[in-house]
Amino acid sequence: MKSPQNMKPWLLSGPAFVLFLVLLLIPLVMTFMLSFNSFSFYGGIEDVYTFGNYIEVLGDSYFYEIFLRTFLIALITTVFCVLLGVPEAYILLRMRPLARSIMLLVVLGPLLISVVVRTLGWAILLGNNGVINELLQSLGLITSPVKMLYTPGGIVVALVHVMIPFMIIAVWAALQRRDPSAEQAAESLGASPVKVFTRIVLPQAMPGILSGSLIVFSLSASAFATPAILGGRRVKVVSTTVYDEFLNTLNWPLGAAIAVLLLASVLVIMLSWNRLIEKRYAGVFE
Amino acid sequence: MIRNGRYSLLFNALFTLFMAGPLVVVIGVSFTPTGYLEFPPSGLSLRWFAAILDNPDFIDAAWVSLKLGIASATVSTIVAVPAALAIGREKFSGREALQALFLSPLTVPTVVLGIAFLRLLSVLELNGTFVGLVLCHAIIITPFVLRLVLSSVVGMDRSIEKAAISLGASNWTVFRRITMPLIMPGIVGGWVLAFITSFDELTVTVFIVNPSTTTLPVRLFSHITQTTDPLIASVSTVVILFTVALMLLINRFYGLDRLLMGETK
Amino acid sequence: MSFLEIKALTKRFSETTAVEDFSLTVERGEFVSLLGPSGCGKTTTLQMIAGFEQPTSGSIILHGRNLAKIPARKRGLGIVFQTYALFPHMTVEQNVAFGLEMRGIAEPDRKQKVAAALDLVKLSHLAKRLPKAMSGGQRQRVALARALVIEPELLLLDEPLSNLDAKLREEMQLELRRIQQEAGVTTLLVTHDQSEAMALSDRIAVMQSGRLMQLGTPFDTYETPKSTFISNFLGKTNCLHARLVSTTGTASTLMINGIEVSGPSVNLLPGDVMASLRPERIDIVESSEGNTEAKVLERIFLGDQWLFRLETKLGELLVVRRNRGRREAEPGENVFIVWQPEHLQILPASRETS
Repeated sequence: MKSPQNMKPWLLSGPAFVLFLVLLLIPLVMTFMLSFNSFSFYGGIEDVYTFGNYIEVLGDSYFYEIFLRTFLIALITTVFCVLLGVPEAYILLRMRPLARSIMLLVVLGPLLISVVVRTLGWAILLGNNGVINELLQSLGLITSPVKMLYTPGGIVVALVHVMIPFMIIAVWAALQRRDPSAEQAAESLGASPVKVFTRIVLPQAMPGILSGSLIVFSLSASAFATPAILGGRRVKVVSTTVYDEFLNTLNWPLGAAIAVLLLASVLVIMLSWNRLIEKRYAGVFE
Repeated sequence: MIRNGRYSLLFNALFTLFMAGPLVVVIGVSFTPTGYLEFPPSGLSLRWFAAILDNPDFIDAAWVSLKLGIASATVSTIVAVPAALAIGREKFSGREALQALFLSPLTVPTVVLGIAFLRLLSVLELNGTFVGLVLCHAIIITPFVLRLVLSSVVGMDRSIEKAAISLGASNWTVFRRITMPLIMPGIVGGWVLAFITSFDELTVTVFIVNPSTTTLPVRLFSHITQTTDPLIASVSTVVILFTVALMLLINRFYGLDRLLMGETK
Repeated sequence: MSFLEIKALTKRFSETTAVEDFSLTVERGEFVSLLGPSGCGKTTTLQMIAGFEQPTSGSIILHGRNLAKIPARKRGLGIVFQTYALFPHMTVEQNVAFGLEMRGIAEPDRKQKVAAALDLVKLSHLAKRLPKAMSGGQRQRVALARALVIEPELLLLDEPLSNLDAKLREEMQLELRRIQQEAGVTTLLVTHDQSEAMALSDRIAVMQSGRLMQLGTPFDTYETPKSTFISNFLGKTNCLHARLVSTTGTASTLMINGIEVSGPSVNLLPGDVMASLRPERIDIVESSEGNTEAKVLERIFLGDQWLFRLETKLGELLVVRRNRGRREAEPGENVFIVWQPEHLQILPASRETS
């Protein structure tokens, strides 16, 4: 029997719990069940349960290619976010307070702007008649426009733009906890700025880099708007494929199966990544 | 203190260019007098801003987004505040699981959420309705509210409440006069972040709207994928300006880094 | 009957016992300190008196009322928390007025009482300030005013000075004593700082591992500690392992490091004991007659006194010597020391080393 002490937290979280039960858990279960249904062009969704959709997805090289492309894009995006985001986070930390507050607005502000607007900007920049091509041609670096729109490369560039604030936030949080006088101590002992960065700062930033990478990777793998706008019909990723099945082909069960596989693979990657971090950094997190 | 050297500042400048570039381009294109997306614009015309007024769909969509944002942020805040109080203060079994549940929308791919909501709403025959939109958005934005309110709750010195009790305050008085004012910054910050997230939301919304309840991001999205006229640029510019104004306001009274990164100092 | 009676107070948690069989009586207007290292149970005892922890057994009777039946908010105690726990969103005035508001005291009376309380702690000029715009010492005084304005029967202070720097702490100790005397309120202070306890209290209750070890005036507790722990905890001392050879009604004989030493009469059986000698009781003298040889290993100048570390046949000894403005022995020099046999405290043997 629950004592009065124990009822209170459940009463307080009750409304939220009910909301999530009805609007999150149940729909996810329903979607899972839906993935086992089959679909026919005239009959619509049929109330049978088979593995048919999964066999179709896992057996077709078309879908393999899509999944592979999605994860490759996500991986490359993550790598670039690390290469560009970590130094920038460090530079931000060392700025004077005034310059830093302005730079933070520049770096974090875009998070508040809809991803559609941000991606539109890239669509304009990357087009055949877009800014970048015009610039490169006028500088004489290329003779004909480089195709950047509707390529995986274009998607990566825009995704890096969208995701890098998350990397900076994660690294920033990790570095906030550090003791800045450790860097001064290293300097006084004769270390060059590069050495200070690689031997003192980077190890402390590692937990942030790892958790940031995970966030960037899973968000990139699940991204929809950016690949939809910059990939169009030609470059498909998992999210846009699900969209197609649901809103164009209307084969909901198949779309559901693809979605479930995406969720499963993202979860597996997250859990194994987390386990890796915990093993290596068990001591760092108090 | 080690300051940034020349190379660091150069890197920073290039980085700024990278971050601001697309937005500058969008704003620039919106002033074009021509009928296509050209940058830099050959002249400065407000033609495409005037065109917004001729396009009621965009204005309607903006209203929907605004109402939706306010409604879902409010719903989310109302359920998240008591949950944060429970999770942040009480020790009970299932606390970690409950917290993970409320933060889970962040880890589930947005398309998965989209189709799950679509499936549920069709079964409940709420598909395309405003209520359906509010409820689904509330789920997506609750993690943001919860995180910010939770950090306020956890960061509060509990002995302040004990002091109030020792001076004779009842539990309700303590909650009303002491606890609430002290966690209010977290609540307000959470609401604002939730509103912004709902306003900008695309992926999930695209699955559960219908022509009468389209939001601004969805309207923009369909326009972009179908046409290439500068109207999308001018609408986007308005969105950018609105957001920048909001951002400066937030920074002035709350701190943008505090909103997005939590209390880290 | 005493004003505050604590009888056999015990608090057991699932794995540990925080307070065991604690009993104490306090007279009206008295200032008593609960002194001990962290984990000794002093804070838990305070929490039980305040009503934030329920005792496992035992009773707390204040002015005839059994506090166990009364919820925390109705006990009417004045509490100053370690973090001061001021309401950050209220001004000093509003903070101090809060308790009066809760009691439904009308506005004009409230204003008057608040003004009087702020006057007592000398903060009238900061009435409209917010806590974040004040220093630690000022915040502490606001917390005190807030606790006193409700005219509590008992004032509880939980390590109120531990967050202040050394100089401020000394000043506040005097202030605190003055305010307490002026208000005439019965006070219970919890602290780990022995000099603070000795400076402020009428009596000290030394606690260790949840139990009351000794209760007495600061002077008695310092001069006649009952155990090595207490002797070490209050002030500095030299603790030496010794063997009690014999004891009579007037004196004892001990063997320390093979040397025969005289001590006062003591109620212990011959065998292993601890000999405690306070550094200020040992004198450094010129003549060698009947005195012990010593070599100076180290000395530290403390302004008003010198602290010496000496090597002797009895072992290493600390000696404190008032600064007389003259030259003192330097490291490496040989000197002679002497002390009165009755100043040697003989205590039961313990597993603790000095």
